[in-house]
Amino acid sequence: MLNYVSIKNFAKDNDLTVLVGEEYLDNKRIYVSDISRPGLELTGYFDYYPHERIQLFGMTEISFANQLTPDERLNVFTKMCTESTPVFLISRDLTPPKELIEAAEKNKMPVLISKLPTTRLSSVITDYLDYKLAERQSIHGVLVDIYGTGILLTGNSGIGKSETALELVQRGHRLIADDRVDVFQQDEKTIVGEAPSILKHLLEIRGIGIVDVMNLFGVGAVRQSTPISLIVNLENWDPKASYDRLGSADDYQTIFDVDVPKMTIPVKVGRNLSIIIEVAAMNFRAKNLGFDATKVFENQLTELIEQNKQDNQGDVN
Amino acid sequence: MEKRDYHITSETGIHARPATLLVQTASKFDAKSTLAYQGKSVDLKSIMGVMSLGVGQGSDVSVSVDGDDAAAALDAIDETMKKEGLV
Repeated sequence: MLNYVSIKNFAKDNDLTVLVGEEYLDNKRIYVSDISRPGLELTGYFDYYPHERIQLFGMTEISFANQLTPDERLNVFTKMCTESTPVFLISRDLTPPKELIEAAEKNKMPVLISKLPTTRLSSVITDYLDYKLAERQSIHGVLVDIYGTGILLTGNSGIGKSETALELVQRGHRLIADDRVDVFQQDEKTIVGEAPSILKHLLEIRGIGIVDVMNLFGVGAVRQSTPISLIVNLENWDPKASYDRLGSADDYQTIFDVDVPKMTIPVKVGRNLSIIIEVAAMNFRAKNLGFDATKVFENQLTELIEQNKQDNQGDVN
Repeated sequence: MEKRDYHITSETGIHARPATLLVQTASKFDAKSTLAYQGKSVDLKSIMGVMSLGVGQGSDVSVSVDGDDAAAALDAIDETMKKEGLV
Protein backbone atom coordinates (compact mmCIF):
# COMPACT_ATOMS: atom_id res chain seq x y z
CA MET A 1 0.00 0.00 0.00
CA LEU A 2 1.29 3.41 -0.93
CA ASN A 3 1.26 5.94 1.89
CA TYR A 4 -0.22 9.33 1.19
CA VAL A 5 -1.40 12.47 2.96
CA SER A 6 -4.56 14.21 1.86
CA ILE A 7 -4.33 17.96 1.36
CA LYS A 8 -7.05 18.38 3.97
CA ASN A 9 -4.93 16.75 6.70
CA PHE A 10 -1.80 18.38 5.38
CA ALA A 11 -3.36 21.84 5.76
CA LYS A 12 -4.86 21.07 9.15
CA ASP A 13 -1.70 19.52 10.66
CA ASN A 14 0.58 22.33 9.49
CA ASP A 15 -1.68 25.31 10.24
CA LEU A 16 -1.99 26.32 6.60
CA THR A 17 -4.73 28.62 5.39
CA VAL A 18 -6.71 27.57 2.36
CA LEU A 19 -6.71 30.25 -0.31
CA VAL A 20 -8.24 28.23 -3.12
CA GLY A 21 -10.00 24.89 -3.27
CA GLU A 22 -11.65 24.36 0.12
CA GLU A 23 -14.18 22.10 -1.63
CA TYR A 24 -11.70 19.76 -3.32
CA LEU A 25 -9.05 19.33 -0.61
CA ASP A 26 -9.95 15.65 -0.30
CA ASN A 27 -9.33 14.89 -3.96
CA LYS A 28 -5.63 15.70 -3.98
CA ARG A 29 -3.00 13.61 -2.23
CA ILE A 30 0.70 13.95 -1.49
CA TYR A 31 2.76 10.80 -2.13
CA VAL A 32 6.31 12.15 -1.98
CA SER A 33 8.07 14.16 0.71
CA ASP A 34 10.24 16.13 -1.72
CA ILE A 35 9.42 19.76 -2.26
CA SER A 36 9.85 21.69 -5.49
CA ARG A 37 10.51 25.41 -5.74
CA PRO A 38 9.52 26.08 -9.32
CA GLY A 39 12.09 28.72 -10.29
CA LEU A 40 13.17 27.48 -13.69
CA GLU A 41 9.61 26.52 -14.56
CA LEU A 42 8.66 30.19 -14.25
CA THR A 43 11.11 30.90 -17.07
CA GLY A 44 9.29 28.35 -19.20
CA TYR A 45 11.61 25.36 -18.73
CA PHE A 46 9.38 22.32 -18.06
CA ASP A 47 11.59 19.42 -19.31
CA TYR A 48 12.22 18.12 -15.82
CA TYR A 49 9.24 19.57 -13.96
CA PRO A 50 8.78 17.52 -10.75
CA HIS A 51 5.00 17.57 -11.15
CA GLU A 52 4.28 15.09 -8.31
CA ARG A 53 5.79 17.34 -5.66
CA ILE A 54 4.41 20.16 -3.58
CA GLN A 55 5.16 23.40 -5.42
CA LEU A 56 6.46 25.95 -2.95
CA PHE A 57 6.45 29.64 -3.83
CA GLY A 58 8.63 31.93 -1.75
CA MET A 59 9.77 35.51 -2.17
CA THR A 60 12.09 34.64 -5.09
CA GLU A 61 9.44 32.84 -7.12
CA ILE A 62 6.67 35.37 -6.48
CA SER A 63 8.84 38.42 -7.23
CA PHE A 64 10.19 36.81 -10.39
CA ALA A 65 6.66 35.94 -11.51
CA ASN A 66 5.60 39.52 -10.99
CA GLN A 67 8.10 40.63 -13.64
CA LEU A 68 6.50 38.43 -16.29
CA THR A 69 3.63 39.60 -18.50
CA PRO A 70 0.12 38.48 -17.43
CA ASP A 71 -0.04 36.10 -20.41
CA GLU A 72 3.29 34.50 -19.55
CA ARG A 73 2.21 34.12 -15.94
CA LEU A 74 -1.09 32.47 -16.81
CA ASN A 75 0.75 30.17 -19.21
CA VAL A 76 3.39 28.92 -16.74
CA PHE A 77 0.98 28.59 -13.81
CA THR A 78 -1.44 26.63 -15.99
CA LYS A 79 1.39 24.34 -17.06
CA MET A 80 2.26 23.72 -13.41
CA CYS A 81 -1.27 22.51 -12.68
CA THR A 82 -0.81 18.90 -13.77
CA GLU A 83 -3.17 16.13 -12.66
CA SER A 84 -0.57 14.70 -10.25
CA THR A 85 0.58 17.99 -8.73
CA PRO A 86 -0.79 17.96 -5.19
CA VAL A 87 -0.80 21.59 -4.11
CA PHE A 88 0.58 25.10 -4.53
CA LEU A 89 2.00 26.43 -1.31
CA ILE A 90 2.88 30.05 -0.62
CA SER A 91 5.14 31.14 2.25
CA ARG A 92 5.49 34.34 4.32
CA ASP A 93 1.87 35.33 3.72
CA LEU A 94 2.89 36.62 0.29
CA THR A 95 0.20 37.78 -2.12
CA PRO A 96 0.24 35.49 -5.14
CA PRO A 97 -0.24 36.94 -8.65
CA LYS A 98 -3.89 36.74 -9.68
CA GLU A 99 -2.99 34.51 -12.65
CA LEU A 100 -1.80 31.87 -10.16
CA ILE A 101 -5.24 31.90 -8.48
CA GLU A 102 -6.94 31.91 -11.88
CA ALA A 103 -4.96 28.91 -13.14
CA ALA A 104 -5.50 27.08 -9.85
CA GLU A 105 -9.25 27.62 -9.79
CA LYS A 106 -9.60 26.53 -13.40
CA ASN A 107 -7.63 23.30 -12.81
CA LYS A 108 -8.98 22.52 -9.34
CA MET A 109 -5.55 22.96 -7.77
CA PRO A 110 -5.62 23.77 -4.03
CA VAL A 111 -3.57 26.80 -2.97
CA LEU A 112 -2.42 27.02 0.65
CA ILE A 113 -0.65 29.82 2.42
CA SER A 114 1.59 29.98 5.50
CA LYS A 115 3.05 32.70 7.68
CA LEU A 116 6.40 30.92 7.97
CA PRO A 117 9.51 31.98 6.03
CA THR A 118 10.20 29.72 3.04
CA THR A 119 13.19 27.74 4.39
CA ARG A 120 11.53 27.16 7.75
CA LEU A 121 8.28 26.10 6.08
CA SER A 122 10.16 23.79 3.77
CA SER A 123 11.93 22.02 6.65
CA VAL A 124 8.77 21.74 8.77
CA ILE A 125 6.92 20.18 5.85
CA THR A 126 9.75 17.82 4.95
CA ASP A 127 9.82 16.50 8.53
CA TYR A 128 6.06 16.16 8.58
CA LEU A 129 5.91 14.32 5.26
CA ASP A 130 8.89 12.07 6.07
CA TYR A 131 7.03 11.02 9.21
CA LYS A 132 3.68 10.55 7.50
CA LEU A 133 4.94 8.88 4.35
CA ALA A 134 7.57 6.58 5.91
CA GLU A 135 7.09 2.90 5.21
CA ARG A 136 5.74 1.19 8.32
CA GLN A 137 6.12 -2.32 9.68
CA SER A 138 4.31 -3.95 12.58
CA ILE A 139 6.30 -5.88 15.16
CA HIS A 140 4.85 -8.16 17.83
CA GLY A 141 6.17 -6.81 21.10
CA VAL A 142 5.89 -4.17 23.76
CA LEU A 143 7.64 -0.81 23.55
CA VAL A 144 8.60 0.96 26.76
CA ASP A 145 10.68 3.98 27.64
CA ILE A 146 13.05 3.26 30.51
CA TYR A 147 15.06 6.25 31.75
CA GLY A 148 14.67 7.79 28.30
CA THR A 149 15.87 4.70 26.44
CA GLY A 150 13.37 3.05 24.09
CA ILE A 151 13.32 -0.68 24.75
CA LEU A 152 11.39 -3.10 22.58
CA LEU A 153 10.44 -6.28 24.45
CA THR A 154 9.93 -9.24 22.14
CA GLY A 155 9.28 -12.92 22.75
CA ASN A 156 6.63 -15.54 22.30
CA SER A 157 3.06 -14.93 23.26
CA GLY A 158 2.44 -15.58 26.95
CA ILE A 159 6.04 -15.11 28.06
CA GLY A 160 5.06 -12.07 30.12
CA LYS A 161 5.85 -9.01 28.02
CA SER A 162 2.72 -7.11 29.00
CA GLU A 163 3.02 -8.04 32.68
CA THR A 164 6.63 -6.86 32.63
CA ALA A 165 5.53 -3.61 31.00
CA LEU A 166 2.91 -3.14 33.71
CA GLU A 167 5.52 -3.57 36.39
CA LEU A 168 7.83 -1.14 34.60
CA VAL A 169 5.04 1.44 34.42
CA GLN A 170 4.42 0.90 38.13
CA ARG A 171 8.10 1.63 38.70
CA GLY A 172 7.77 4.97 36.94
CA HIS A 173 8.63 4.13 33.34
CA ARG A 174 6.51 4.78 30.28
CA LEU A 175 4.47 2.64 27.96
CA ILE A 176 4.42 3.41 24.27
CA ALA A 177 2.77 0.36 22.75
CA ASP A 178 1.60 -3.09 23.79
CA ASP A 179 1.27 -6.13 21.58
CA ARG A 180 1.67 -4.37 18.26
CA VAL A 181 4.37 -1.80 17.68
CA ASP A 182 4.37 0.13 14.42
CA VAL A 183 7.88 1.06 13.40
CA PHE A 184 9.39 3.24 10.72
CA GLN A 185 12.86 4.43 9.85
CA GLN A 186 13.36 8.08 10.75
CA ASP A 187 16.88 8.45 9.41
CA GLU A 188 19.94 6.33 8.60
CA LYS A 189 20.43 5.26 12.22
CA THR A 190 17.03 5.59 13.87
CA ILE A 191 14.01 3.33 14.08
CA VAL A 192 11.01 4.90 15.75
CA GLY A 193 8.14 2.92 17.24
CA GLU A 194 4.61 3.97 18.11
CA ALA A 195 1.26 2.39 18.91
CA PRO A 196 -1.45 2.01 16.28
CA SER A 197 -3.98 4.70 17.30
CA ILE A 198 -6.62 2.16 18.39
CA LEU A 199 -4.21 0.53 20.87
CA LYS A 200 -2.73 3.75 22.23
CA HIS A 201 -2.11 3.65 26.04
CA LEU A 202 -3.69 0.23 26.37
CA LEU A 203 -2.25 -2.92 27.90
CA GLU A 204 -3.85 -6.33 27.77
CA ILE A 205 -3.27 -8.31 30.95
CA ARG A 206 -4.46 -11.90 31.04
CA GLY A 207 -7.08 -12.32 33.70
CA ILE A 208 -7.86 -8.61 33.94
CA GLY A 209 -8.47 -7.65 30.35
CA ILE A 210 -7.78 -4.27 28.83
CA VAL A 211 -6.15 -1.69 31.04
CA ASP A 212 -5.90 1.99 30.11
CA VAL A 213 -2.48 2.93 31.44
CA MET A 214 -2.97 6.68 31.05
CA ASN A 215 -6.23 6.54 32.92
CA LEU A 216 -4.86 4.47 35.79
CA PHE A 217 -1.32 5.80 36.08
CA GLY A 218 -1.58 9.29 34.62
CA VAL A 219 -0.06 11.09 31.66
CA GLY A 220 3.45 10.55 33.00
CA ALA A 221 3.08 6.83 32.35
CA VAL A 222 2.70 7.02 28.58
CA ARG A 223 4.57 8.34 25.61
CA GLN A 224 3.44 8.68 21.99
CA SER A 225 6.55 7.39 20.25
CA THR A 226 10.21 6.72 20.90
CA PRO A 227 13.33 5.74 18.99
CA ILE A 228 14.10 2.07 19.63
CA SER A 229 17.59 1.84 21.15
CA LEU A 230 17.60 -1.77 22.30
CA ILE A 231 15.64 -4.94 21.70
CA VAL A 232 15.25 -7.25 24.69
CA ASN A 233 14.14 -10.68 23.60
CA LEU A 234 12.54 -12.77 26.35
CA GLU A 235 12.70 -16.52 26.03
CA ASN A 236 12.01 -19.48 28.25
CA TRP A 237 15.02 -20.53 30.27
CA ASP A 238 16.63 -23.48 28.58
CA PRO A 239 19.13 -25.22 30.89
CA LYS A 240 21.02 -26.51 27.86
CA ALA A 241 21.33 -23.15 26.10
CA SER A 242 24.24 -20.87 26.87
CA TYR A 243 23.46 -17.23 27.60
CA ASP A 244 25.68 -14.19 27.37
CA ARG A 245 27.48 -14.15 30.70
CA LEU A 246 29.75 -11.16 30.27
CA GLY A 247 27.70 -8.79 28.17
CA SER A 248 30.23 -8.99 25.38
CA ALA A 249 28.03 -10.58 22.72
CA ASP A 250 27.20 -8.28 19.81
CA ASP A 251 23.76 -9.28 18.66
CA TYR A 252 21.57 -7.24 16.34
CA GLN A 253 18.18 -7.34 14.74
CA THR A 254 17.80 -5.53 11.45
CA ILE A 255 14.68 -3.40 11.07
CA PHE A 256 14.50 -1.75 7.65
CA ASP A 257 18.15 -0.67 7.13
CA VAL A 258 19.09 -0.25 10.78
CA ASP A 259 20.88 -2.80 12.97
CA VAL A 260 19.28 -2.45 16.39
CA PRO A 261 21.29 -3.91 19.31
CA LYS A 262 19.59 -6.94 20.76
CA MET A 263 19.99 -9.02 23.90
CA THR A 264 18.29 -12.22 25.00
CA ILE A 265 17.10 -12.60 28.57
CA PRO A 266 16.03 -16.03 29.79
CA VAL A 267 12.79 -16.11 31.75
CA LYS A 268 12.54 -18.31 34.79
CA VAL A 269 10.10 -18.39 37.70
CA GLY A 270 11.42 -16.18 40.44
CA ARG A 271 13.49 -13.91 38.20
CA ASN A 272 12.31 -10.34 38.52
CA LEU A 273 12.17 -9.38 34.88
CA SER A 274 11.30 -5.73 35.25
CA ILE A 275 14.33 -5.07 37.43
CA ILE A 276 16.58 -7.04 35.08
CA ILE A 277 15.29 -5.04 32.12
CA GLU A 278 15.67 -1.79 34.02
CA VAL A 279 19.29 -2.67 34.73
CA ALA A 280 19.80 -3.69 31.10
CA ALA A 281 18.55 -0.26 30.06
CA MET A 282 20.83 1.53 32.52
CA ASN A 283 23.83 -0.57 31.51
CA PHE A 284 23.09 0.14 27.84
CA ARG A 285 22.94 3.87 28.60
CA ALA A 286 26.18 3.70 30.54
CA LYS A 287 27.84 1.95 27.59
CA ASN A 288 26.65 4.69 25.26
CA LEU A 289 28.00 7.30 27.65
CA GLY A 290 31.39 5.59 27.42
CA PHE A 291 31.40 3.38 30.48
CA ASP A 292 31.41 -0.28 29.54
CA ALA A 293 31.70 -2.37 32.71
CA THR A 294 32.59 -5.49 30.70
CA LYS A 295 35.46 -3.73 28.93
CA VAL A 296 36.78 -2.20 32.14
CA PHE A 297 36.66 -5.58 33.84
CA GLU A 298 38.38 -7.29 30.92
CA ASN A 299 41.18 -4.75 30.98
CA GLN A 300 41.68 -5.27 34.70
CA LEU A 301 41.66 -9.01 34.14
CA THR A 302 44.32 -8.67 31.47
CA GLU A 303 46.49 -6.77 33.94
CA LEU A 304 45.99 -9.36 36.67
CA ILE A 305 46.80 -12.22 34.30
CA GLU A 306 49.91 -10.39 33.09
CA GLN A 307 50.97 -9.84 36.71
CA ASN A 308 50.57 -13.52 37.55
CA LYS A 309 52.45 -14.47 34.39
CA GLN A 310 55.38 -12.25 35.43
CA ASP A 311 55.33 -13.87 38.87
CA ASN A 312 55.38 -17.33 37.27
CA GLN A 313 58.42 -16.37 35.20
CA GLY A 314 60.08 -14.98 38.31
CA ASP A 315 59.61 -18.35 40.01
CA VAL A 316 61.32 -20.19 37.16
CA ASN A 317 64.39 -17.92 37.07
CA MET B 1 36.48 -37.22 43.69
CA GLU B 2 38.49 -36.84 40.50
CA LYS B 3 41.38 -34.40 40.27
CA ARG B 4 43.65 -33.34 37.44
CA ASP B 5 46.55 -30.85 37.32
CA TYR B 6 47.27 -28.50 34.44
CA HIS B 7 50.11 -26.22 33.44
CA ILE B 8 48.62 -23.25 31.56
CA THR B 9 50.62 -22.52 28.42
CA SER B 10 48.31 -20.18 26.55
CA GLU B 11 49.61 -16.64 26.06
CA THR B 12 46.46 -14.93 27.38
CA GLY B 13 45.95 -17.29 30.35
CA ILE B 14 42.39 -18.01 31.43
CA HIS B 15 40.90 -14.81 30.05
CA ALA B 16 37.20 -13.93 29.68
CA ARG B 17 36.51 -16.10 26.64
CA PRO B 18 38.16 -19.36 27.76
CA ALA B 19 36.77 -18.80 31.27
CA THR B 20 33.25 -18.54 29.83
CA LEU B 21 33.73 -21.77 27.89
CA LEU B 22 35.13 -23.66 30.88
CA VAL B 23 32.19 -22.52 33.01
CA GLN B 24 29.72 -23.50 30.31
CA THR B 25 31.27 -26.94 30.07
CA ALA B 26 31.30 -27.50 33.84
CA SER B 27 27.69 -26.26 34.13
CA LYS B 28 26.48 -29.05 31.85
CA PHE B 29 27.13 -31.59 34.60
CA ASP B 30 25.62 -32.12 38.02
CA ALA B 31 29.00 -32.82 39.62
CA LYS B 32 30.57 -30.05 41.66
CA SER B 33 33.75 -28.78 40.01
CA THR B 34 36.40 -26.63 41.60
CA LEU B 35 39.37 -24.79 40.16
CA ALA B 36 42.33 -24.26 42.47
CA TYR B 37 45.23 -21.86 41.93
CA GLN B 38 47.81 -20.63 44.43
CA GLY B 39 45.92 -21.96 47.41
CA LYS B 40 42.64 -20.36 46.36
CA SER B 41 39.83 -22.46 45.01
CA VAL B 42 36.69 -21.32 43.21
CA ASP B 43 33.56 -22.95 41.86
CA LEU B 44 34.21 -23.82 38.22
CA LYS B 45 30.55 -23.05 37.47
CA SER B 46 30.96 -19.43 38.56
CA ILE B 47 32.29 -17.20 35.83
CA MET B 48 33.25 -14.31 38.10
CA GLY B 49 34.97 -16.72 40.47
CA VAL B 50 37.07 -18.29 37.71
CA MET B 51 38.10 -14.94 36.30
CA SER B 52 38.91 -13.52 39.72
CA LEU B 53 41.91 -15.88 39.90
CA GLY B 54 43.51 -14.15 36.92
CA VAL B 55 45.33 -17.32 35.89
CA GLY B 56 48.23 -16.33 33.64
CA GLN B 57 50.61 -18.16 31.33
CA GLY B 58 52.88 -20.55 33.20
CA SER B 59 50.48 -21.09 36.10
CA ASP B 60 49.78 -24.45 37.68
CA VAL B 61 46.12 -25.11 38.42
CA SER B 62 44.11 -28.11 39.43
CA VAL B 63 40.57 -29.12 38.67
CA SER B 64 38.63 -31.25 41.17
CA VAL B 65 35.29 -32.78 40.32
CA ASP B 66 33.00 -34.50 42.78
CA GLY B 67 29.69 -36.22 42.01
CA ASP B 68 28.00 -39.00 40.08
CA ASP B 69 29.06 -37.78 36.65
CA ALA B 70 32.48 -36.58 37.82
CA ALA B 71 34.46 -38.67 35.33
CA ALA B 72 32.46 -37.43 32.36
CA ALA B 73 32.64 -33.86 33.61
CA LEU B 74 36.39 -34.00 34.03
CA ASP B 75 36.81 -35.42 30.52
CA ALA B 76 34.69 -32.62 29.07
CA ILE B 77 36.63 -29.95 31.00
CA ASP B 78 39.86 -31.58 29.84
CA GLU B 79 38.66 -31.43 26.26
CA THR B 80 37.73 -27.72 26.57
CA MET B 81 41.14 -26.94 28.10
CA LYS B 82 42.86 -28.55 25.10
CA LYS B 83 40.49 -27.18 22.49
CA GLU B 84 40.96 -23.65 23.77
CA GLY B 85 44.74 -24.09 23.72
CA LEU B 86 45.00 -23.41 27.43
CA VAL B 87 47.30 -26.37 28.05
